[in-house]
Amino acid sequence: MKSLISIGDLTREEIVRLMELAAEFEKNPEQRLLQGRVIASLFFEPSTRTRLSFESAINRLGARVIGFSDATNTSVSKGESLHDTISVISNYCDMIVMRHSLEGAARYASEVASVPVVNAGDGANQHPSQTLLDLYSIKKTQGTLENLHVMMVGDLKYGRTVHSLLEALSHFNARFTFVSPEELRLPEEYRRYLSDRGLVFEEFEELDGRMEDVDILYMTRIQKERFNDPMEYERVKNAYVLRASMLEGTRDNMRVLHPLPRVGEIATDVDASPKAYYFEQTRNGVYARMAAICYLLGVKV
Amino acid sequence: MTTQDKTMEVRLIENGTVIDHIPVAALFKIITILGLDGDTEHRMTIGTNLESKRMGTKAIIKIADRYPAEGEIDRIALFAPQARVNTIRDFAVVEKRHVRVPDEVRGFVRCANPMCVTNHEGVETAFRVVAEEGVPVLKCRYCEKTTRRF
Repeated sequence: MKSLISIGDLTREEIVRLMELAAEFEKNPEQRLLQGRVIASLFFEPSTRTRLSFESAINRLGARVIGFSDATNTSVSKGESLHDTISVISNYCDMIVMRHSLEGAARYASEVASVPVVNAGDGANQHPSQTLLDLYSIKKTQGTLENLHVMMVGDLKYGRTVHSLLEALSHFNARFTFVSPEELRLPEEYRRYLSDRGLVFEEFEELDGRMEDVDILYMTRIQKERFNDPMEYERVKNAYVLRASMLEGTRDNMRVLHPLPRVGEIATDVDASPKAYYFEQTRNGVYARMAAICYLLGVKV
Repeated sequence: MTTQDKTMEVRLIENGTVIDHIPVAALFKIITILGLDGDTEHRMTIGTNLESKRMGTKAIIKIADRYPAEGEIDRIALFAPQARVNTIRDFAVVEKRHVRVPDEVRGFVRCANPMCVTNHEGVETAFRVVAEEGVPVLKCRYCEKTTRRF
């Protein structure tokens, strides 16, 4: 029995396989491979977008969904431990998809549960299905995951999508450019991770004028609560805004990705550009999640 | 006090364990690991700020009739990687062991991340021991964060 908790749990071969499965589901989304199965969708912390994406994937596979979209009306609010909640619900279903505000909650649940667990986000830690959809979006738009130049912009310190994506892309010899304010720079731990694997990266504080040979521009949101000084936030927020004019002179194959929601970091004039990919990216999430669910349940596609 | 008097102290143990080459700063951690602070049974001598050629200063623990388990010795290694654990029988050292930094630590150490599930749900902590610039640090099995002070 296999769970999906952290992107680091997947080998290169498994990632490649999941990409193939996602492509298969995109070609033919109505495959009722999980007819008669029940999947629990446990959102101890609300996240409408992620939940609907998972539930759409589950429904398209023909399984039924049970669960809750926030924990307020459950036994959790009566003080039941995560251990007991998971032990009980494992008896009702064939798989658990869960989101929780505590870091490590999904790993712990996978040790308690008698069915596979899919981590749909555990605090600031991991959100592997987001990484799979990012990877699938990259694969689809570039035709490959190998040897790409990926520029990551914004909050590189706290952004878990950034950390997981670079971890996954490290299997495929990516080259990175990191653009962030000093206070949101990529942590030492991840810089060391890349250096240890012999991967090339550069770091800059300004966004302008470095995109001519970029394949993937991965934008992230800079959150106000990360700053002690509100003035500093105002300064930084405006310094990392992508505008349509900045896309001139970039490669034809270049695509702009964003895990969403965006606030102001991508100007709306970018939306009309053929290089804007962040809305299609969300559709890929359904296929990537269908792939992950079937892979973990060992269902033949 | 003559030199002979000093050696008499070591020889006080007929059977038991001498833990030598403990960094002074780690002494009380090791006392906690071995549960010596609540031990009303074994005779023991604890010395600290002693001279050491190799370390400058060191601490030493001598306990009669007590032989720490492998798990305890692994934990000692986290705080005192250069410690020696000597087993004494009939006043003689019969075994001299270098401690070994373990690959994994369970329980005992708390995760430094306040948002880690282990700090909220009564889960036993579990860490992988990894070297960071030669120093052992603990990577949490659950939240994946690094605990550097323990």
